[in-house]
Amino acid sequence: MQEESKKIKVTIDNITVDVEPGTTILHAARMIGGDVTPPAMCYYSKLEGSGGKCRTCLVEVAAGSAADPRPMPKLVASCRTGVMDGMVVKNITSDKVADARAGVVEFLLLNHPLDCPICDQAGECHLQDLGYDHGKEGTRYEFKRRTFKKEDIGPYIQLHMTRCILCYRCTYVASQLTDKRVHGVIDRGDHAAISTYISKAIDNDFSGNMIDVCPVGALTDKTFRFKNRVWFTKPVDAHRACTTPGCCGKATLWLRGDEVFRVTARKDQWGEVQSYDGKTGWICNTCRFETKKTSSWTIEGLTEISRHSVIGVNKYKKLEKPEETVVKVMDGHKPKLLMDIHSVSDVNNPEIHLSDINGPAHSNDFKK
Amino acid sequence: MSRVNEIISRYPDGKQKSALLPVLHLAQVEFGGWLDVPTMDYVASILNIEPIEVYEVASFYSMYNLKPVGKHVFEVCQTGPCMLRGSDDIIDYIKKKLNISVGETTADGMFTLKTVECLGACGYAPMMQMGKTYREHLTKEKVDAIIEECRSKMN
Amino acid sequence: MGRKLLLEKAGVEGIRFFETYRREGGYKSVEKAFKMQPSDIVEEVKKSGLRGRGGAGFPTGMKWSFLAKPEGVPRYLVVNADESEPGTFKDRYLMEFIPHLLIEGMIVSSFALGSNTSYIYIRGEYDWVSDILEEAIIEARQHGWLGKNIQGSGFDCDIHVQRGAGAYICGEETALLESLEGKRGNPRIKPPFPAVKGLWGCPTVVNNVETIAAVVPIINEGGEAYASIGVGKSTGTKLISACGNINKPGVYEIDMTISVEEFIYSEEYCGGIANGKKLKACIPGGSSVPILPANLLLTTAKGEKRMMNYESLSDGGFATGSMMGSGGFIVLDEDQCIVRHTYSLARFYRHESCGQCSPCREGTGWMEKLLLKIESGKGEMSDIDLLWDIQRKIEGNTICPLGDAAAWPVAAAIRHFRDEFEWHVKNPEKCLTQNYGLAHYADPIHVPVQ
Repeated sequence: MQEESKKIKVTIDNITVDVEPGTTILHAARMIGGDVTPPAMCYYSKLEGSGGKCRTCLVEVAAGSAADPRPMPKLVASCRTGVMDGMVVKNITSDKVADARAGVVEFLLLNHPLDCPICDQAGECHLQDLGYDHGKEGTRYEFKRRTFKKEDIGPYIQLHMTRCILCYRCTYVASQLTDKRVHGVIDRGDHAAISTYISKAIDNDFSGNMIDVCPVGALTDKTFRFKNRVWFTKPVDAHRACTTPGCCGKATLWLRGDEVFRVTARKDQWGEVQSYDGKTGWICNTCRFETKKTSSWTIEGLTEISRHSVIGVNKYKKLEKPEETVVKVMDGHKPKLLMDIHSVSDVNNPEIHLSDINGPAHSNDFKK
Repeated sequence: MSRVNEIISRYPDGKQKSALLPVLHLAQVEFGGWLDVPTMDYVASILNIEPIEVYEVASFYSMYNLKPVGKHVFEVCQTGPCMLRGSDDIIDYIKKKLNISVGETTADGMFTLKTVECLGACGYAPMMQMGKTYREHLTKEKVDAIIEECRSKMN
Repeated sequence: MGRKLLLEKAGVEGIRFFETYRREGGYKSVEKAFKMQPSDIVEEVKKSGLRGRGGAGFPTGMKWSFLAKPEGVPRYLVVNADESEPGTFKDRYLMEFIPHLLIEGMIVSSFALGSNTSYIYIRGEYDWVSDILEEAIIEARQHGWLGKNIQGSGFDCDIHVQRGAGAYICGEETALLESLEGKRGNPRIKPPFPAVKGLWGCPTVVNNVETIAAVVPIINEGGEAYASIGVGKSTGTKLISACGNINKPGVYEIDMTISVEEFIYSEEYCGGIANGKKLKACIPGGSSVPILPANLLLTTAKGEKRMMNYESLSDGGFATGSMMGSGGFIVLDEDQCIVRHTYSLARFYRHESCGQCSPCREGTGWMEKLLLKIESGKGEMSDIDLLWDIQRKIEGNTICPLGDAAAWPVAAAIRHFRDEFEWHVKNPEKCLTQNYGLAHYADPIHVPVQ
């Protein structure tokens, strides 16, 4: 009973939820789920200090609290703003938010290369999803895009700075998971870059987790590079008794047939590495880069992928579109569909469930 | 080293990283006007921080030179208020006079020309920074005199 | 002639040094403050109506009263001397010529706030000013005004100077604190505010140089006496640094009851427009505040005389008004090109963006490129609307006010001088060699005072 009374109420897009004091708006929205959850490109709940930078999760606070119901003058970053009892938040019901978010997406894409066709992140890229969900067709930017020199940071991880959106997540991984941070953000403004400055290998047992937290294709797995498109590989949950201290040994293997193309940590519906008993399931580089035989793993079964993504829709086991809260809260308005991908591509044929296909998927499987 | 310890003593125990900016200033003056990697690594070791923390900071602030510079660095302000008083002409004049572009150093290693953003001397425009001091109310004649002054110091 | 509270003695020979400063009545406010309770000093500052002189104009007494006071945790006063807003050079003047005034104000303020170690964060380029301050601190220490048990009061206080290293963003208070901690000048995400978690996680007040200096006359004369100078919520005196195309650029102390017209044209202040030219436009409060065409600068949209104070300068909001800001008063004469000037400011903000948040990192560079395109005669009409849309999407959506500061000059330039932008587009060759001139927005009937 006492615990009940401690909870506070927050209303997001006309849906009220009870949360613990100290919860951020973003977390409250994640408790509701679906479309009312603001997208987050830099915030990562498992990394202390992250968030506030990308501005995609901006929301409108229509009433600060029950005690002081004045609206907040500016849009706030929902990932770093705590809720107050009686707070009223508008996300998808706010035109101001939609406008600002479209702006942020445009800014993020301004200097981002349109190299999705050759980018390993395509298909699970948060920026790609964000672009589809909140962006506009075409660009108004006519100038030369910013590029960076390639920097070698070691045998396992490819740094492709030109794709970076400066979320800083990988620097938090380095300072919070590894014993020595050798890379960081150098320079400033529109030249700021992730770098070691001296082209040094980022050599640490847990450095591979930087790949998992990277929302875009700036940090990719060299052992998987150009080997396959993620949507042609079959994800299965697997574990092994890993002896590296701090490694959870639980991973997702991305297979074609019996061949392990890639090993990643397991992700939750927000695209973050999953937690087990309150501990984040980071994996070590041995598991990630050097354990690529199915015989080294105990396979648990097909991965249930629940994160909504552009290319992932209707592809993996149990992947369902989130509950359409939009219609409920927007006076029956349907969400805006920018483009029906099925009209131009067979790959995502909603009638075909990858998990029903025996063995690895082949392009012929989609031509039915 | 005593200067460094004095700087560190200005901050509470364990907050010696705070001394990074002043120590880098000191290092830049001591080690030839710019910060190379060994110098920055040395600063990191003195302050007991990781080298990357020094690189991050040194590359953020515009006053730290990460490339070699000439003996005399002309940092001419080009922002609005100076522009209103003719800073563009001064920059062009120095370029021609020294036969270098912005960001370059003369072949004899004497002069580097840089354009910088507002230095807080808008009322005394056009102006430039040269080492520790400001040279204000610049005219072509004054620029000539400054260049002469630098050259005569060398002899 | 208005009263001077800060710079009255600035011209006295030798005032830079302790003995002259003390002889001229310096450090009296410290003696008076030590006889008061710290909370009474805060009360006195509240009564004075003093508003932050760095640009935001937030009431200082209120800021001080927000300072958290947890047991056993040190509190800090940090003076923001990172004067970097284009057009602003007032703090430099004060520190260079009368450094002990700042030290004196800091001792009183440190006592009021309970700060035993206070810092001055000065922009790195003011190298020699930093030396002057260091010397003044040594003198004050030698004479027992800093250190342990100051003048037998039982209060300990020391002051350290830290030089920045070239970053406008460090004028933003949380970026300043990061820099003081030896980090990149990335503004922090608020909350928490510095009053709760500031320098090294401790409660901290960050105030501008001029604000802290103003505490001296407030304590000497009393908050009410200070508040009686000026008008409305613009109390006391304000330092204005005037620059651009005027006859007498420099730093002036005004009591906020004079008109903008008097400030520009009277011999006591700017002495009129240089070279007998006409006034075209003015940015009255540092480069980030909206630029105003001459007619709106001298009279408000209501037709009233515009005065040099917080309320009058912002009269009409951003539609027809501007802001007092930091007091950086930039005057443009008839020969100046608004597009070129706006481009120069956009370049400044792009250069100074820390790069942390996307609207500012990407938007400032985009605006700079578009402005250069228009300025070099390659612009299209749609570029003007695009510029407007970009600034609109930066404003209010960034971590710190630099985004707003970058957006406002562009917005105001288009708002008031759209015809000049369009002229550039329509005259791609002419605009390379000629200026648009005054058009209708200058005050046609105004004859400069001879």
